[in-house]
Amino acid sequence: MIALALPAQDSGTFTPPGIEEMHLPAILPWGAHEGFSKQMLLVILSVVIIATFFLLAARKQQLVPGKLQFAGEMAYGFVRNSIAKDIIGGRDFMKYVPLLFSLFFFILVNNIYGAIPLIQLPSFSHVGGAYVLAGIVYFTWIAIGIKKNGIKYFKLATVPSGVPWYILPIVVPIEIISNFLVRPVTHSLRLFATMLAGHLIVMLAGSGIEFLVMQENVLLKGTSLLVLVGAIAMYMLEALIMALQAYVFTLLTAIYIEGALHADSH
Amino acid sequence: MKQLIVSAATEGAETNPLMPNPWEMGVVLVGFAVLLFIVVKFIVPMFEKTFAERAEAIEGGIAKAEKAQAEASAALEEYKQQLTDARAEANRIREEARAEGAQILADLKAKAAAESARITEQAHAQIESERQAAVVALRSEVGTLATTLAGRIVGESLNDDERSARVVDRFLADLESQNAGAAK
Repeated sequence: MIALALPAQDSGTFTPPGIEEMHLPAILPWGAHEGFSKQMLLVILSVVIIATFFLLAARKQQLVPGKLQFAGEMAYGFVRNSIAKDIIGGRDFMKYVPLLFSLFFFILVNNIYGAIPLIQLPSFSHVGGAYVLAGIVYFTWIAIGIKKNGIKYFKLATVPSGVPWYILPIVVPIEIISNFLVRPVTHSLRLFATMLAGHLIVMLAGSGIEFLVMQENVLLKGTSLLVLVGAIAMYMLEALIMALQAYVFTLLTAIYIEGALHADSH
Repeated sequence: MKQLIVSAATEGAETNPLMPNPWEMGVVLVGFAVLLFIVVKFIVPMFEKTFAERAEAIEGGIAKAEKAQAEASAALEEYKQQLTDARAEANRIREEARAEGAQILADLKAKAAAESARITEQAHAQIESERQAAVVALRSEVGTLATTLAGRIVGESLNDDERSARVVDRFLADLESQNAGAAK
């Protein structure tokens, strides 16, 4: 693993960095492959950052907000109104604002890490966190559906109304698979895969530049500039995707909750 | 056993990116739970309170402005009403004064007419009484004069008072009846 982390040191052949590079040695190792990793530190740090920022922003509570309070209210209002209220709507959206708000900023901060020099590790490029969040959402919307509609919820969610009986044997399995099996998987993997891919591309570009600069041939050395331009463009795209994925994850959560709340009208 | 599963999972994580690290899952779970707790307990209530207060302040301001507007309209209406009342009052007073003036004038006219009538009446009465007095005086004097004249003309025969009185009376009665006939 250490050997792989330094790919272009000795030979003339380029060894691209792989998935293994995503997992740095632990800061405080315990056991062979375990320990307190950078990713864990960043996750804990994100909680501190989010809590501190919003507690400070909401602390003064003036009717005419200051700059910090205004920024906090903008951010809070975005999740509250543009996601929770618009998607869930009605009277009961307020109940789900805390979950959506926490999800959005937890994912956003953990993603943005990937765009910050030196930190440069989106926490969800490790799949575990994505599984946890998607799992929380999965059990939440199923619980909401059962609480709202009783055990009949599973029938409402899998047997669409207005479908002829002879198509049901095809439709019902599809609905079960898409709603209860595929949904949590895509929900988590979408976040994980985009973060992993973005991180890989930036890392690949970085090691590629390093390899090309090391070359003896001046012209070949010069091509590293092209890679640098490409890397910057990819970096911008990744920054956009980081914010976008936080939004998409939260939006899908709101859509799932809405679907569970109004299962009878779907 | 547990050790085995954990090591298998982490062993897999080296090659398969879809195998999670359970420690990382634990940290994310706990971290997210802590964040959610802080959000539920503090952040959302604080922001919602501010939002509610702001909405109340704005709505209160609007309500206050509407109330002030309504009050101003009511005051304007009242002033207009008072103005109309005052105009009507002035008209009424003017009308009353005119009527009173006319009344006074009429009274004065009537009084003057009555006074003049009274004076005329008095004058008439005086003239009548004077005429009556003159008639009485004239009657006695005319009798005496006529008697004296007749005595002088017919001599001693008419000295007899009784007879002369009778003659005079008859004569006057004739005269009166003649007058009455003429008056008719």
